[in-house]
Amino acid sequence: MTNTLDQIFVLLKHWIMGLFPVGLQPIVGIVLSVVAILAVFPGLFAFSVLMERKGLGRMQNRIGPNRVGPFGILQPVADGIKALIKEDVVPYNADHIVHFFAPIVLVVVVFMGYAVLPMGRNMTFVPMDAGLLFYFAMGASAELSVFMAGWSSRNKYSLLGAMRAVAQMISYEIPLLMTSVIIVMMTGSLSLDKIVEAQNHYTWGLPHWYVFTPMGFAAFVMFAIAATAETNRSPFDLPEGESEIVAGYFTEYSGFKFAEFFLGEYVAMLSISGLGATLFLGGWSAPLEALNFIPSWIWFFAKIMLAICGFIWLRGTFPRLRQDQLMNFAWKFVLPMTLIDLVVTGLWRFLGEGWLRWAVCSAILLAAYLITARMGMRSKKLGPRSYRYAE
Amino acid sequence: MLGEGLLKGLAETAKNFAGSFVSKERLITVQYPEERHPLPEASRNFPFLVYDGADWEAGLRCVACQICEKECPPKCIYIEKSKDKKPDYVGKMQIYPARFDIDISVCMSCQICVEVCPFEAIKMDTEFELATDDRFGGLLQDRKQLAKSNEYYHAIHPTEASEVDARLAEEKAKVEEKARAAAAAAAAKAAAPAAPAAPAATPSPAAPKEGEGSQPQ
Repeated sequence: MTNTLDQIFVLLKHWIMGLFPVGLQPIVGIVLSVVAILAVFPGLFAFSVLMERKGLGRMQNRIGPNRVGPFGILQPVADGIKALIKEDVVPYNADHIVHFFAPIVLVVVVFMGYAVLPMGRNMTFVPMDAGLLFYFAMGASAELSVFMAGWSSRNKYSLLGAMRAVAQMISYEIPLLMTSVIIVMMTGSLSLDKIVEAQNHYTWGLPHWYVFTPMGFAAFVMFAIAATAETNRSPFDLPEGESEIVAGYFTEYSGFKFAEFFLGEYVAMLSISGLGATLFLGGWSAPLEALNFIPSWIWFFAKIMLAICGFIWLRGTFPRLRQDQLMNFAWKFVLPMTLIDLVVTGLWRFLGEGWLRWAVCSAILLAAYLITARMGMRSKKLGPRSYRYAE
Repeated sequence: MLGEGLLKGLAETAKNFAGSFVSKERLITVQYPEERHPLPEASRNFPFLVYDGADWEAGLRCVACQICEKECPPKCIYIEKSKDKKPDYVGKMQIYPARFDIDISVCMSCQICVEVCPFEAIKMDTEFELATDDRFGGLLQDRKQLAKSNEYYHAIHPTEASEVDARLAEEKAKVEEKARAAAAAAAAKAAAPAAPAAPAATPSPAAPKEGEGSQPQ
């Protein structure tokens, strides 16, 4: 029974495939998986937008949207209808073709990332050996779309936003990759399925998730920072900085194209949360051995939604960074920390089993954090800014 | 220490998030159409015409003097005088506005009409929910829409309305006094033409002057 529930989507897919002639079955299988991804994640997008608006409201001591439907739960529907019936304005001087394709490219690439994410036991669309590589290739293409949008709009705010976005995304792409390399070093595989399998066993009922190792924890924190920056979320939302450059690279987009950017941003957030959960939080594995009876896909989506809550919490708390703070943080704090973390991961392998490697690795990482932070704070590269004349 | 402030901030928002579910007084937003803040007494939006008594048409204080129409900077008031007359609050026969329109799409809420009105007939309203789907007709208010009772005026601007009432009562008393004095003088004249009544006659030269002052028309 537990097993059936766990595999219910796989069984359903095979049952539907069985209704078609053998020659058509592979194509039907692909279509079914694609349709499932295209149905589930925009649904989660609507849900997370609602959750974000309600959550942010609560953090600011407001109620949040409560007019459309009971407790405002139909707000995303109203937003969607509004986006669909709005006029689609394209600037006269814009590069129309590129302008048209930019949101499409974003949505397509962002959805491609889901192909390799294991969403449950046996629930990877394309169980690729180099899944992680594929994921990052797709993730990096999102920058292309952002720059297409900014460049083709022929608007200085769009262009400024796009330049900020590209600078930021490239800077934070490096720590994002480096932290994933740590996981690859620990697992010895680029396949996301193997990474989940490696974490899916238990000692005394507790899981072997990578976040519960010293370098895994450090990598997780760095990954979370880099993922926030990579998806242009607050406090790293400089590319969209509403108070500075209107809406950044999608200033000149309206109606459904704007909604597509919005969708792309949230779906990217969901997908990077999924990757984070896969790499550090054991993917679809249960947090306790005793909880294994709950279907694996529930755990995966629960972890995604938990990460989204984290994103919302960060957005509700932190003010936007300045461009130089952003760059200093990426290159002078996050990158050195990830490099040290890489070395520590190598060390972990050669210190053998036992408490020694825990102590040594934790000590090195803690010392590295203290020293980097102290140096950064002293040279005023990080931390609060002091003003020479204004105070 | 790097990151300390971040954690403090996160704790603060978490406190707000949890607290807003527990204590209702944290939620300061007023859920507008259902609940609303009382408007401050000094608030004003567009003018309305005050009437006394129960019948709006008979009790209208406006005498169609057209001062407000002339003073209105954006020229949003349109008045047509009546051909006949009706008694005003003191009983004097006055003309009244046969038509009194204010185009609130033009009105700039400057309150000049209120300041120039010698009859306390036009006052500022606090009504702000005037949205309409008819751009022209819906925003052009005629005298029936503009007429609002003195009780309503008391309800929206209590202090100002009491002052106005006191002033009007004083004027009315003066006019009545004058009328009584005039009646007494006439009676005395009729009764004893040889002996003029000195105490009754003394206020009568002063009264007409003040009466003129309060009615500049």
